Amino acid sequence: MYGGHTAVDDVSFVARPGRVTGFLGPNGAGKSTTMRIMVGLTPASRGCVTIGGHSYGDLPNPGLLVGVLLDASAQHNGRTGREILTIGAETMGLPRARVDEMLELVSLSPTEAKRRLRDYSLGMRQRLGIAHALLGDPGILILDEPANGLDPAGIHWMRGLLREYAGRGGTVLLSSHLLHEVEKIADDLVLIGRGRIVAKGTKQELLQTRGAYVRALEHESLADALQLAGILSIPFADGLRSDVEPVQIGEVAAAAGLTLAELRPAEGAGLEDLFLQLTADTQREGVPA
Amino acid sequence: MSTMTIDSTAAPTTVDISTTPRIPLKRLVRVELRKMANTRSGKWLLIGIGVITLFVIGIFYATAEPAERTFFNFMAATNGPQGLLLPVLGILLVTSEWTQRTALVSFTLTPVRSRVLIAKVLGGLLAGLAAIALTVVVAGLATLLGGADNAWAQVGVDDLGKFVLLQATGILQGLAFGLLFLNSSAAIVSYFVLPSALNILGTLWKPLGDVQPWIDLWSSQTPLFMGGNLTSDQWAQCATSTLIWVVLPFVVGLVRVLRAEVK
Repeated sequence: MYGGHTAVDDVSFVARPGRVTGFLGPNGAGKSTTMRIMVGLTPASRGCVTIGGHSYGDLPNPGLLVGVLLDASAQHNGRTGREILTIGAETMGLPRARVDEMLELVSLSPTEAKRRLRDYSLGMRQRLGIAHALLGDPGILILDEPANGLDPAGIHWMRGLLREYAGRGGTVLLSSHLLHEVEKIADDLVLIGRGRIVAKGTKQELLQTRGAYVRALEHESLADALQLAGILSIPFADGLRSDVEPVQIGEVAAAAGLTLAELRPAEGAGLEDLFLQLTADTQREGVPA
Repeated sequence: MSTMTIDSTAAPTTVDISTTPRIPLKRLVRVELRKMANTRSGKWLLIGIGVITLFVIGIFYATAEPAERTFFNFMAATNGPQGLLLPVLGILLVTSEWTQRTALVSFTLTPVRSRVLIAKVLGGLLAGLAAIALTVVVAGLATLLGGADNAWAQVGVDDLGKFVLLQATGILQGLAFGLLFLNSSAAIVSYFVLPSALNILGTLWKPLGDVQPWIDLWSSQTPLFMGGNLTSDQWAQCATSTLIWVVLPFVVGLVRVLRAEVK
């Protein structure tokens, strides 16, 4: 809760090691707020976030466990790129050589590293921010819109970097307001709109066109009944999605005595449609509730 | 068959942090000292404090009567300019984190915010001590060069202690105003304008003028650099005015920063 309104409500998900989790939603959906809550910058009125099983505030030296990039421009304009990394490295207790390694990793030349942040393009700031997040060689990355301001080559570079990072067993959570950007890099997707999760699952599940979409009046009971029947489903919009035929879900619902408000093949309930609908809602209403 | 991998009910992977040492306070203080000097404004402020100290002692040396050239007077001459600049150092130490939004990074790397603030207080005090050390050296040299006959009189540990007290309260007041306003211009303007406003009001309105030494830090601290001992009343006045101008804004600002949402 902040500013008298609930920015995000009941956003629960798990980001796993070895996978890139895309946190997707239109601008103003609550992605940044959720990420700030994760690292303790914004107090949550209820609920909890654990990082490797610990609350962020309990981490003795967070930079060594979690690399965070919330806003690449939130650095002192008058400091040089190198100085910004040096402050980070010194806080975490890392050798100075680590700064050079990171500058090289993100392709900032020694001349560029000597320039002050106010002379950096947004793309350079993002590279510096990623270097800062990777300083402590953390196993987890939390990145808010890391592709913002990067040119196509930069986006390609970052995609490779993060894929490789997850390939080595790292956990990546990154947010974006662009479906196609996330589609290319994420293994798992969490779609958020107006502060609530509207869909989550693996990319394959969410992007598939077969299967069924179902909405019951007794949402929880249906999810339980499906689980009992061995049918896996994921939350999607106001209901559930599963890759079984609609008739199988109908049978389970009938046996459990549940009232279905909607049951149809999943075509037309695709992720893109859902996302477009969310974006349109947000644009129409201006400020999200 | 479905392949489900996101399941919010599954137990999250646990990472062992028991062997990771907490970031030592000493390191945080070192980082704060670094932050003071590694921006253009910060660097020039530090250089400015040094240059002005030299300059003021030089001017005093050139213009004062030979009999006036005592170590104590050299020290006292620097009190004004240092007392103006050191609090600004304290203010910027806090406010630059908010105007430049680096608090986002600082509090992410050190989530226990109070530790960052303790490091700022210690870093600020160290900077103040360095300024006094510089003053002692320069004033000492000036005294050796052409001091009056009894130039070293009036210089006891208690006199140096009073200078330390003066500059330390100045820096703490700067930090306090920084915490309270979280905005450089608002904090600096208030720091300079509010005490003078109180002073002017005191001369215009008699009842306020009577209690002035008790509530005005400037009046209550003046005896500290005039030489001689303070009466117990004067010490009490220092205490009450420090409470009003340093402790109170510091506590209110501290609570604000510890609770604030950092964006």
